[in-house]
Amino acid sequence: MQEIVQGVPLQHYIWLSAILFSIGVMGVLYRRNAIIIFMCVELMLNAVNLMLVAFSRYHSGTTGSSAQVFVFFIMAVAAAEVAVGLAILMMVYRNTKSTDIDFLNRLKF
Amino acid sequence: MLTQYAFYFLSILAIFSALMVVFSRNPVHSVLYLVVTFFSIAGHYFLMNSQFLAMVHIIVYAGAIMVLFLYVIMMLNLNTDTEPNKSNWVKGAAVVTGGLMMLILVVSTKSADQLPIQKALNPNIGLISNLGKVLYNEYMLPFEVSSILFLVSMVGAVMLGKKETY
Amino acid sequence: MAQLAWLVPLFPLLGFVIIGLANRNLSKSVTTLIGSGSILASFVVSLLLFFEKVSQPTPTTVHLFDWITAGNFSAKFSFLIDPLSTIFLLVITGVGFLIHLYSSGYMHEDDGFRRFFAYLNLFVFFMLLLVMGDNFVVMFVGWEGVGLCSYLLIGYWFENTDYNNAAKKAFIMNRIGDLAFLIGIFLIYQHLGGIDFNTAFNITNLANLAKGNPSAITAITLCLFIGATGKSAQVPLFTWLPDAMAGPTPVSALIHAATMVTAGIYMIARSNALFSLAPLTQDIILYVGLGTALLTASIGLFQNDIKKVLAYSTVSQLGLMFAALGVGAYSAGVFHVVTHAFFKALLFLGAGSVIHGMGGEQDIRKMGGLRQSMPITFWTFVIGTVAISGIPPFAGFFSKDQILAEILAHKGIGITAVAMIVSLMTCFYMFRLLFLTFFGNFRGTQEQKHHLHESPLSMTIPLMVLAFLSTVGGFIGFPHGIGHEMGIHHWLDGFLAQSVVITPNHFTAGQEWTLIGVAVGLLAGIIFWAMKTYVTDGKIPVKDSEMEGLQKVIYDKYYVDETYNRLITKPLNQISSGISNFIETKIIDGGVNGIGHFTKWLSSGIRTIQTGNVDLYFFAMTISAMLILIIKLFDK
Repeated sequence: MQEIVQGVPLQHYIWLSAILFSIGVMGVLYRRNAIIIFMCVELMLNAVNLMLVAFSRYHSGTTGSSAQVFVFFIMAVAAAEVAVGLAILMMVYRNTKSTDIDFLNRLKF
Repeated sequence: MLTQYAFYFLSILAIFSALMVVFSRNPVHSVLYLVVTFFSIAGHYFLMNSQFLAMVHIIVYAGAIMVLFLYVIMMLNLNTDTEPNKSNWVKGAAVVTGGLMMLILVVSTKSADQLPIQKALNPNIGLISNLGKVLYNEYMLPFEVSSILFLVSMVGAVMLGKKETY
Repeated sequence: MAQLAWLVPLFPLLGFVIIGLANRNLSKSVTTLIGSGSILASFVVSLLLFFEKVSQPTPTTVHLFDWITAGNFSAKFSFLIDPLSTIFLLVITGVGFLIHLYSSGYMHEDDGFRRFFAYLNLFVFFMLLLVMGDNFVVMFVGWEGVGLCSYLLIGYWFENTDYNNAAKKAFIMNRIGDLAFLIGIFLIYQHLGGIDFNTAFNITNLANLAKGNPSAITAITLCLFIGATGKSAQVPLFTWLPDAMAGPTPVSALIHAATMVTAGIYMIARSNALFSLAPLTQDIILYVGLGTALLTASIGLFQNDIKKVLAYSTVSQLGLMFAALGVGAYSAGVFHVVTHAFFKALLFLGAGSVIHGMGGEQDIRKMGGLRQSMPITFWTFVIGTVAISGIPPFAGFFSKDQILAEILAHKGIGITAVAMIVSLMTCFYMFRLLFLTFFGNFRGTQEQKHHLHESPLSMTIPLMVLAFLSTVGGFIGFPHGIGHEMGIHHWLDGFLAQSVVITPNHFTAGQEWTLIGVAVGLLAGIIFWAMKTYVTDGKIPVKDSEMEGLQKVIYDKYYVDETYNRLITKPLNQISSGISNFIETKIIDGGVNGIGHFTKWLSSGIRTIQTGNVDLYFFAMTISAMLILIIKLFDK
């Protein structure tokens, strides 16, 4: 049922991305340090990128390389997001002297 | 056969270092492990003939973003003592949730197997000249718009990073 | 050449932009130069267009750009240059230029000098759009624009509450007409399938509609006519125009006498193809026009404010123009627009000169004997008075005679007599004004007498030019019958034949001589009567408090304003305040507040979930995402 591309079935790529994504999710839930959480979010983004490229490799057909261009844009957005996010973290640290999210308990009405 | 071995090696490396990102006590180590993860993902890109993407990936993530992380961590002078552990109960819940997530993701992408495989007509699509044509023809507008996004984020970062003197 | 027509409105627009933006940074002389120069430039271009149309009268369409395109609907921003629009262009830019020049002297001491010129240029721009547009939408833009400028200029001295109220009144009454005009445009689009003049006045189109649905044409024309009554101050929407005299005198001359108020005439003349198919509307126009003319002329008999007399005279002359349109004599109406623009602008500017000399005094009971101290103003004012009264060979005679002849030809002697009475009344109150202002002894204060002076050249030159035009302007429309005999043809009718339907009356020279003889004889009698009353006997109108009976009723304008106030404004106010007190506060506010309270009550329980613990949020988010995936999984 699976034609082998370069010897590796698509299913393996899916598993790999799913595992990486889940590790990201787990990390977000597991840690209290906002910077690590942020890094885990980056990890999740990369898992998605990997999935996109893998799918385009196996299913692109005539549509060409749109998936890879998408990955470019995701990278661009991620870079912008990191810049702003880290700036916010700096701000938070400056105000609370900590990056522990459990101290950020004012997100309520 | 070689590519197969490479794939499994890179996969194991990626998963291991990803786990280490989460579990290592020292944030600086986390960053370094994340860099390793990114390098192995770049390796995967190479395997999938997306050479240019792999290069960009290394430059942007390992070169720029992670350096930014490292820089912030060092500037904030974070070390292992600053982060108290969560209760074991929460940690367990996190691991279980992560596992469930993986399960659900695998199950919900299962139907992807049934799709007929259509390989790209042009095996060199990942080369910079081909990608560039697509990017500057079909995706010209989003490409230009992303420059505005960068400008905005730059302004935002500068504004946020400024000392509050007002 | 015609393709350069866009230059005509461009100059005033540039003038407006430059003066409006630079404002305080411009000296008064530079402002005058830009403000008047832009109109002069437009006038030169208009003149070239005019001569082109004289030699080549076929209409030219100048397409600038596609403006609105939606489905089948398309409104192009394009201009139509044909004899009718070139005539109006000449009047607007020509008279407009003279009035700009005059304003530079009249408004010289005013603080808002630049603002005034900016508004004036903007007005000319919109007026040009109105007459140049080749479809109803562009025309409507100009139509609304001149209404706006009229509002701005009536309320020019905005420190005065009365003036502001007059401006608001003008604007609101215009809006009533505008609404009808707009509905008319909608109906035209619905029934004729297009709002450009080519489609709307397409002969086969119209013939089909007239055969299939004649009441549609009546509805369209009625709506257009109601629009015209608003802009051109006809019954029942005429009361704003006398109040509009609150604006500076050049404004009254330009907007409320020479150009804007004739927009209604232009619109109907432009749509003559439609109106000719709606005899009912034509009759309504005739009777409304004559009624307005009679009503306002009688009010004019007893007014004592120099500008009010002229204002009522304007309304009544507009009524006569509408009467001409009502009998299908479109070119006669346009002819009277042209001559009226000359002599009424002249009279207003003359009145402005008098007011200038009197230091702001407008009551003719406090004037008198000004002819020695203001000779140029006096002589030009005499010419204007003679011209408006219809004494040959001055301009007003020809146009008024043509209107009378057309009414006589179409409607018989009875209706003509009414029109004749209007013209006799006009003659009487104009000579009354002339005699009370310039003859007899000076009745003002000693201080005013000392201050009396002739106006500067910038004001008297426009007076002289307009006086010249009022003298010879009538020859463009020499009567058919007499002219035929003398070998002079009616130039204007021939020129306008490309734009409007011309139905020449078939009076012989003898019949026309009779009509002229009767008119002139009656006029002479009236003039002698006025002279005897106000010069020989030296009678002065009584003070306001001493008036009684019919005179007081007429002096108070038949209490039309008061009636409107009681019948429309007050009930509307009461209804509005009732709605505001009950529906607004109880139902709407209550409903909105109720929803707010309900939501607050509902959420007071749920909000405790929101602990502020970010961890919990992360878990909730992850689990929700998983749930969504699971639902998608089973939802196949």
